[in-house]
Amino acid sequence: MSEDLFPTPAPVSRGPVAADGVALRCRGLVKRYADVVAVAGLDLEVREGECFGLLGPNGAGKTTTLEILEGLIEPDDGLVEVLGHRWGTGEDRALRQRLGTQLQETQLAEKLTVAETVRLFRSFYRRGRAVEDVIRLAGLEEKRRARVGKLSGGQKQRLALACALVPDPDLLFLDEPTTGLDPQARLRVWELVEHFRASGGTVLLTTHYMEEAAHLCDRVAVVDHGKIIAQGSPEELVASLGAQQILEFRTASELPAGELEALPGICGVQTKNGSYVLCIERIGAALPALLVELQRRGVELESLQTHQATLEDVFVNLTGRALRDG
Amino acid sequence: MAEPTSATRRYHPLLELTRTRVLEFVREPEAVFWVFVFPVLLALALGIAFRSKPAERARVAIVSEGATPGTSALIQQLREAPDLQVQVLDLQAANQALRRGNVDVVVNLGAGGGVMTGPVIYRYDPGRTEGRAAELAVDDVLQRALGRRDAIATVQETATERGGRYIDFLIPGLVGLNLMGSGMWGIGFSVVVARTRKLLKRFAATPMQRSHYLASFALSRLLFLSLEVAAVVGFGWAIFGVEVHGSLLDLALVALLGALSFAGIGLLVAARPRTVEAVSGWMNLVMLPMWLLSGTFFSYERFPQIFLPFIRALPLTALNDALRSVMNDGANLATNGLPLLILAAWGLVSFLVAVRIFRWQ
Repeated sequence: MSEDLFPTPAPVSRGPVAADGVALRCRGLVKRYADVVAVAGLDLEVREGECFGLLGPNGAGKTTTLEILEGLIEPDDGLVEVLGHRWGTGEDRALRQRLGTQLQETQLAEKLTVAETVRLFRSFYRRGRAVEDVIRLAGLEEKRRARVGKLSGGQKQRLALACALVPDPDLLFLDEPTTGLDPQARLRVWELVEHFRASGGTVLLTTHYMEEAAHLCDRVAVVDHGKIIAQGSPEELVASLGAQQILEFRTASELPAGELEALPGICGVQTKNGSYVLCIERIGAALPALLVELQRRGVELESLQTHQATLEDVFVNLTGRALRDG
Repeated sequence: MAEPTSATRRYHPLLELTRTRVLEFVREPEAVFWVFVFPVLLALALGIAFRSKPAERARVAIVSEGATPGTSALIQQLREAPDLQVQVLDLQAANQALRRGNVDVVVNLGAGGGVMTGPVIYRYDPGRTEGRAAELAVDDVLQRALGRRDAIATVQETATERGGRYIDFLIPGLVGLNLMGSGMWGIGFSVVVARTRKLLKRFAATPMQRSHYLASFALSRLLFLSLEVAAVVGFGWAIFGVEVHGSLLDLALVALLGALSFAGIGLLVAARPRTVEAVSGWMNLVMLPMWLLSGTFFSYERFPQIFLPFIRALPLTALNDALRSVMNDGANLATNGLPLLILAAWGLVSFLVAVRIFRWQ
């Protein structure tokens, strides 16, 4: 992060947030709605000072999980411990003093200005940052007198973040912080989150952007149908594929997918919407062999592309679906 | 370098919530129109439509079939009577005029062959007070012309009682109606809009005291209350000479209690609905009966006797009664114990229930 953008000094260093170094813990979390099970037995442990990401498609139960952890929804079953406290034990308001929250769909009052909005949120907290300070941090000085309704999507999102950061929280919850933002605006939100991290704060965020998870998170949990199906650092998760590269191709006529696995340098084959997705260990060996095989069978190639394996491929590999398909 | 963490709380949450509420209101031109301009326009229109007019002359139709040279002198005397407006019509036209309300009474002089033999027949609608009054006026002229003498001398003194005009009745009612409307809409809309925009949920995620949020509505209402009441009362005084006969302090206290009461009811109506459409429906359901029943535009005493206890128990009826008692009759608060108690009870019970059932997300 550049010093020019954020000349604000880092907040004072924090004390330990919880005795055992675990900022947030939940076990066997279950939440059912009338016709769906939104969260189906979810375990999670976020360590102090880390940025943890819940990665999954829309409807995977990420938001419900987050709102249970934020104390906004009561779970049907399971244990939740936030900064060493449980919700509903008479300390809720004291606990909320230490949390920063950005909800997915909150639209702040349009008729208020940026400064009025931040000041309102500041008034709810006993301790926290100065209003002007947070506005500067969010890069909204020039907009401080602008009505919220006149802000761009990225500015609105930075304002939402400013309101989450104004208590100078120990733990920051972000629910899809960059959904719907353009790349430039996304980058600025990332910078804000990184700045908070640099001061030692703990972050739990949800996203369905694998780039976001890979960029911001120390550890990621892949969530699908209300359960965690894989967990680890982004690098570990990608490495678990056993693949360096992903090769995707389409042909004019069908191939027996199983036989492709026998080719050298290939560690896995999947078919997806009529195209073939190969996990590649050694592209140098695999690609020539594939082309020779296609020629031998007289199958015409329609398209072919390769890319570095990513978290997206982890998700596809685990579920057979793409993140964006939902 | 500045210390970024300010250890002290500089802003009080209740004051900040109230402040932002006021700012949001004044930045909403439509809301300002409905609260301040609309009631004044309503008072103007109704004040003009129902202004006190000089007593109208009774409209009399004399049936031409019975008219003869012998009756023409009588007709001439009727024409000269200052209170009467006389025309001679044939029987069919006269009855039609009566049916349409163009004349108040049809007079058949009952003359045959030029001689008054009687009986004189008056035909009028007993359901219209004008008909009865016209009948009496015509009869008086005829009887005198034919020789009746007054048994005793009489003198008519006319007086227009203070506070007895329609506009005097209307202005306190409009103040009450306005307090109800702005309280209910102002609170109901803001709450439900904040709920649909997930702003309530966002607030619930902060350590904000929920009672502060709800109380900020009552506080912001207090700020606007004085302006609202002053707009309508001041307008009535300036344009129509409607005076406040009681003390302004009493008027202010009654208005204050009314505003708080409707703030509570507004909060209750807005406690659960998830959409603006739903809350609008509930608002209308609650307010429309009071628009009709609570004696804003006409006295609720016109409704059948058995309904009156229920009508008096409505908060707007209680508010209107107390406002009229202070403004028109010059009464003080002590004589308005019952309506004030009714208002307080509505407000308090609504607020307590609203706090219990309030939906934050």
